[in-house]
Amino acid sequence: MKFTEEHEWLLPEGDLVVVGITEHAATALGDLVFVELPEIGMNVVKDDEICVIESVKAASDILAPIDGEIVEVNSALVDNPTLVNEDPMGAAWFFKMKPANMADLDEMLDEDEYKALVE
Amino acid sequence: MVDDAGYAFAADPDRLGIWMSDLKRTALFDLHVELGAKMVAFAGYDMPVQYPLGVLKEHLHCRAAAGLFDVSHMGQVILRSRSGVLADAALALETLVPVDVLGIAAGRQRYGFFTNEGGGILDDLMIANRGDHLFLVVNAGCKDADFAHMAAHLSEVCTLEMVEGRSLLALQGPAAEMALARLVPGVADMRFMDVAVLDMGGVDLWVSRSGYTGEDGYEISVPDGAVADFARALLAMNEVEAIGLGARDSLRLEAGLCLYGSDIDEGTSPVEGALSWAIQKLRRTGGARAGGFPGAARILDELTGGAVRKRVGLQPEGRAPMRGHTVLFADQTSSEPIGEVTSGGFGPTIEGPMSMGYVSAQNAAIGTVIYADVRGKRLPATVVRMPFNPANFKR
Repeated sequence: MKFTEEHEWLLPEGDLVVVGITEHAATALGDLVFVELPEIGMNVVKDDEICVIESVKAASDILAPIDGEIVEVNSALVDNPTLVNEDPMGAAWFFKMKPANMADLDEMLDEDEYKALVE
Repeated sequence: MVDDAGYAFAADPDRLGIWMSDLKRTALFDLHVELGAKMVAFAGYDMPVQYPLGVLKEHLHCRAAAGLFDVSHMGQVILRSRSGVLADAALALETLVPVDVLGIAAGRQRYGFFTNEGGGILDDLMIANRGDHLFLVVNAGCKDADFAHMAAHLSEVCTLEMVEGRSLLALQGPAAEMALARLVPGVADMRFMDVAVLDMGGVDLWVSRSGYTGEDGYEISVPDGAVADFARALLAMNEVEAIGLGARDSLRLEAGLCLYGSDIDEGTSPVEGALSWAIQKLRRTGGARAGGFPGAARILDELTGGAVRKRVGLQPEGRAPMRGHTVLFADQTSSEPIGEVTSGGFGPTIEGPMSMGYVSAQNAAIGTVIYADVRGKRLPATVVRMPFNPANFKR
């Protein structure tokens, strides 16, 4: 699993990458009440704002962690945003991407580096 | 993504006077920390925004059982008349508020607001008649200005005392009476908006049956030295959980209640703010004590002729919350805004988004569909009656 400084996690799955937000992020945001997911088939560029999430506290954006195409979204989050608080690193993944360049993941933080960032 | 580690509170920080240093602490500060609260700066105080339960569950717990709030940052003021005749103090205060203060019976309280010469609202407050004096509770962010305002205008007739050394707690929710009555049996006999001084084993409690959640409940002024034990005794009960400012905000919004500095301020008149109900007939045109408060010309005029804009409740059609400062339009294409959201978020009890804001009078009728600009999209919302969640007072 890889991480971004924007508190996303990326998990390679075949030629796809599963993306979610970290437990640290979910805790900091508080209870989520609204999730807007990107459209399937959308081509995104790193740092595009592609999801909107709102907690009881405020709205935040999720940025595209890498270039690529959105191929699947987790629509369960739209009906049940608090799943993100319950299982941020598992069942509450946000979307799956087909990366333009799988090697982009090598640039990402590993678990130790991410932990050092949030501690 | 998480660009706001801090708490984005609905209110305008400048207006509420938030300082990032020299934060004051309430007498319950150590208890908040011990309970694991996340503390934030609010109106100059280091206050609990949430406890480990979290905003959503704190909110739901308060509606289901009872929630304990530390509101010691608010101002408690005692107003006495120099003559010793309470009516003199009541009539003096009437020169600053468009409220029938003289008509507040002993042991009762009434909601009101200080107005300015332009007809705007300087602060909203509770006014209680405690027999030989008036007791006022004012907002934390306004308390120094309120005190100075009263001192400037009332000192000839009244003495003013900013109460020091007393904390203020709120216990709110359907189980509040049962919980508080275990410690202070007399509270069960009070009804909504009653005030009383009650003894709890030698500690004098100043109790009102009122609150800021739309639930039944109490606000209790307690000597600082006794407040931690009192709070612990309540929190030891199964029904009672500590509730932070986060849930306090969503609870009051579901109840359709204004947050001073966000929903009402010096630029909003009481009529625009849909608070005309708090101006008794006696202070209106034709009444026995009509006018005689700052901004009366504008306010009395608006009471008969209407205001150009009005605070309304808004029910967004989708799931997306429409938060404060969201700009409102009459339709999907017009470029001219008709108003702005002043408070908005997610209502845990109503399980959906809710907002309040100002719209032009022609768009203010219940059932009107208007459009809000949410991240560049025009999303529909319907003007609805408030409260969003029905009140549960013991009248």
